[in-house]
Amino acid sequence: MLDECMTNSDVVLDVQDLVVHYELKNEVVKAVNGISFTLQKGRSIGLVGETGAGKTTTALAIMNLVPKPPGVVKSGTIDVCGYKMLELKPKQLEKIRGKEISMIFQDPMTSLNPVISVGEQIAESVKLHENVSASEAYDRAIEMLELVGIPGERAGEYPHQFSGGMRQRVLIAIALACNPRILIADEPTTALDVTIQAQVLNMINDLKKQFGTALIMITHDLGVVAKMCDDVAVMYAGRIVEKGTLEDVFNDTKHPYTEGLFNSLPDITKRESELKPIPGLIADPTKLPEGCAFAPRCQYATDACRERPPTIHQISPTHLVECTAYDNPGFQIEGWQNHG
Amino acid sequence: MSRGQTETIVSRKEGHSATLASRKYKKKSAFLESWNRLRTNPGAMFGLIVIILMVLLMVYSFMFITEEDVMAINSANRFKPPSAAHPFGTDSMGRDLFMRTVYGTRYSLAVGFFSVAFGLVVGVFFGTLAGYFGGWVEEIIMRVSDVMASIPGMLLGMVIVAVLGPSFLNLLIAIGVSNISGFIRMSRASILSVKGSEFVEAARAIGMSEFRIAFSQVLPNSVSPLIVTATARIATSVLAAAGLSFIGFGVPVPLPEWGALISDGRNYLGRAPHLTLFPGIFIMLTTFACSLLGDGLRDALDPKLKQ
Amino acid sequence: MGNTILEVKNLKKYFKSPRGMVHAVDGVQFSIERGQTLGVVGESGCGKSTLGRCVLRLIEPTEGEVFFEGRDICKLKKREIKELRKEMQIIFQDPFSSLNPRKTVLEIISEPIVFNKLMPGASRAQIENRVLELMDTVGIAERLINAYPHELDGGRRQRIGIARALAMNPKFIVCDEPVSALDVSIQAQILNLLKKLQKEMGLTYMFITHDLSVVHYFSNDIIVMYLGQVVEKAPSDVLFKNPLHPYTRALLSSILVPKVGGNQDTIQLRGEVTSPIDPPDECRFAKRCDYRCETCEGSNPPLVEVEENHFVACHCVKPGENLLKKSGAVSAS
Repeated sequence: MLDECMTNSDVVLDVQDLVVHYELKNEVVKAVNGISFTLQKGRSIGLVGETGAGKTTTALAIMNLVPKPPGVVKSGTIDVCGYKMLELKPKQLEKIRGKEISMIFQDPMTSLNPVISVGEQIAESVKLHENVSASEAYDRAIEMLELVGIPGERAGEYPHQFSGGMRQRVLIAIALACNPRILIADEPTTALDVTIQAQVLNMINDLKKQFGTALIMITHDLGVVAKMCDDVAVMYAGRIVEKGTLEDVFNDTKHPYTEGLFNSLPDITKRESELKPIPGLIADPTKLPEGCAFAPRCQYATDACRERPPTIHQISPTHLVECTAYDNPGFQIEGWQNHG
Repeated sequence: MSRGQTETIVSRKEGHSATLASRKYKKKSAFLESWNRLRTNPGAMFGLIVIILMVLLMVYSFMFITEEDVMAINSANRFKPPSAAHPFGTDSMGRDLFMRTVYGTRYSLAVGFFSVAFGLVVGVFFGTLAGYFGGWVEEIIMRVSDVMASIPGMLLGMVIVAVLGPSFLNLLIAIGVSNISGFIRMSRASILSVKGSEFVEAARAIGMSEFRIAFSQVLPNSVSPLIVTATARIATSVLAAAGLSFIGFGVPVPLPEWGALISDGRNYLGRAPHLTLFPGIFIMLTTFACSLLGDGLRDALDPKLKQ
Repeated sequence: MGNTILEVKNLKKYFKSPRGMVHAVDGVQFSIERGQTLGVVGESGCGKSTLGRCVLRLIEPTEGEVFFEGRDICKLKKREIKELRKEMQIIFQDPFSSLNPRKTVLEIISEPIVFNKLMPGASRAQIENRVLELMDTVGIAERLINAYPHELDGGRRQRIGIARALAMNPKFIVCDEPVSALDVSIQAQILNLLKKLQKEMGLTYMFITHDLSVVHYFSNDIIVMYLGQVVEKAPSDVLFKNPLHPYTRALLSSILVPKVGGNQDTIQLRGEVTSPIDPPDECRFAKRCDYRCETCEGSNPPLVEVEENHFVACHCVKPGENLLKKSGAVSAS
């Protein structure tokens, strides 16, 4: 039964009202504070945000890999192809991880085992999930290596013999070896050079199309999102503050934080345009304010924003923004496109 | 004010008030933070209390126990088991074992403290040179240190005492020397871990000399691991001193060093086990306390736990 | 000479390695005008950080000359270098390792002043006042004067690093990836601060980065490095509008624009950077280049001025003729 996805609809991932805290000795890190989103078969969503926005914790929670302790999943449900991830036993989880859902991490240097050849590391993951012989698994590993653009004869080599970009390819090969329905990529190209980043991103895009894998792209880079994603969820202090299709969020920006992110980026087409950074510091997840977490840095903030949690507004069937300012129907942000 | 600024800043143009700003804002003391962490560690606190008790016993022995007290032979009182008059009993010459054991704390604590201090100062100096400067300086220092480390500590101690003659000072030197190479390695390793940091380059960029960078910028960053090692080393040094005394290479015979007391008592194990038991417990307590404190310090000083 | 503050001629830095000589910086040449910013772009391992440190003589160059205000600093003695440090400073990439974790903000910023006796005879209060002034300049609140680096976030740490460099009253600052470890919103704050300081104090920057959009925003001139050599050098706008070297083109087209449909026509480079150990005498980019021909494998192309102020090191690009197809250029609309 575990081999087949038990759901009929196209939704492969459904996260509802997820709350994850890290309870340390003297303080509570409120990493994720009520996140909901769904992902359809073959689509890609970008989770965008800065340090401490809760992106990685969300991803770990989806895999049910939040380190416990100190991590505590306070509430929420996560449904991966019909499996309730948060309720499964470790044995069942092992079956699902790698098979239905895989994850690649930011640092390709530490994610591979240095004393096992890359071919065997890929074969390992195949053997875990599929009823195949060792040599079949190894053949599959070589096939996967070629798919990610590494000559098959290098399967016997060890991680230290590969460059950073190559190692990231190996990780992708491991993640995709069992053809999972969902791939979570946590800042997969942040440690890589721009030209290598272009190679790796193109490759992920190709494989995604080929296998029909749904993708969760976690990144701080709006450029990567523009290249890779159909949908975008902008995160701040453990909440999704704006969510919509790529066009919704990029061309019809609603949330002041999203606007601030765009204004912080130098525009390569206009050199003289001044950067307009978001003032202040990134919200401290151990000391979140009562009201909207972004209010202290927000140029539009009112007393209402500071006093009570932000309200959610449906701009269009696909576009959602969580901002109290939109209680006033006439409210508009200045719009980053008009600057410069 | 430019948009880039994050802080609200009071204009400074109208001159500065009389109080120094650095006085106005409290410095978070690294010592206090570490102490607060240490306080919550029961093992470390137990160790600390035992060590403080030992020190108090030593002070007590300096004030109230004379050398005559622990040397006076009383043949009528031989091999008395522990009693109200003699809490630890008496030895083969009728001397009070409690007095002798308490009197002996001074040797063990002195060896523990001074031999480690000696090893620390010498070892850290050479270890810092080796770690920071590298090249042939490192080669020479490390090879010498390797040779020292390859001779068993006990043997090295015996050789030194044999050459210099048995006396308390020579015992100190013997154990101190065997402590050096450990500190050389320790300090070199921790220097290497911070040497590549950009703040070292920053110090170079403001024109500091290499020697000064090594000792004023880099060395302070290896203080925590050194404190931890030093504490643990005290335990082994106390043990080594007892061992050397046990085989007769330590404190000259009639003086009641703990190792010597055990050596004394081993002939009467069946008849008067208390002769070895009580000094043994003291040695064990002291080394155990130091190890516990060392472990506790490692956790308390670990910068990774700081936040 | 005129207004040139720094001139670098044929600078080389080789490191010994078990497998041969690493040519980290190999014959680099450029100059910077007073009050301007030179951007140095390249990917990891191209030698840009080594170049920055050689220019300050934080590491000894193997060969070549570095003229700072007309004096060759490679010939200076130890004493004179100490004087030079007051004029030339550096800001580091990693705000977590560039500050000594055992020192407070006050100690870190006052260290250069006290150590170099920049305020002879000054009392403690006067030095502290100067520190507060510097903290004010870079935007750190007075109350943080006794804080330790680990109590502060990355942006503030970077501000302290800048204040420490400013404490020496330098004319020239090497910024080695000063914002690449910071979050986007904080990154823009620091960039604005650096710009403001440049305007107010007339500073000259050498801005080392791998982030092309940042360098474009920040620099007057840009040099593009590949495997220890300069492959293209031009004013910022020229470089972005009309990149000539195939590597520069690929690099520029790899920038991911945060716009819907903005990342269609990327030129994808083949393979990865080749080894910097004892490179053969051929164009170092040849193995990855789509336009390579026999000449490229025969010799290493020199840096040639193909149009005014625009230098390229490529056999296929010569003054008046460009053998490369124009289509690869980034549409800088």
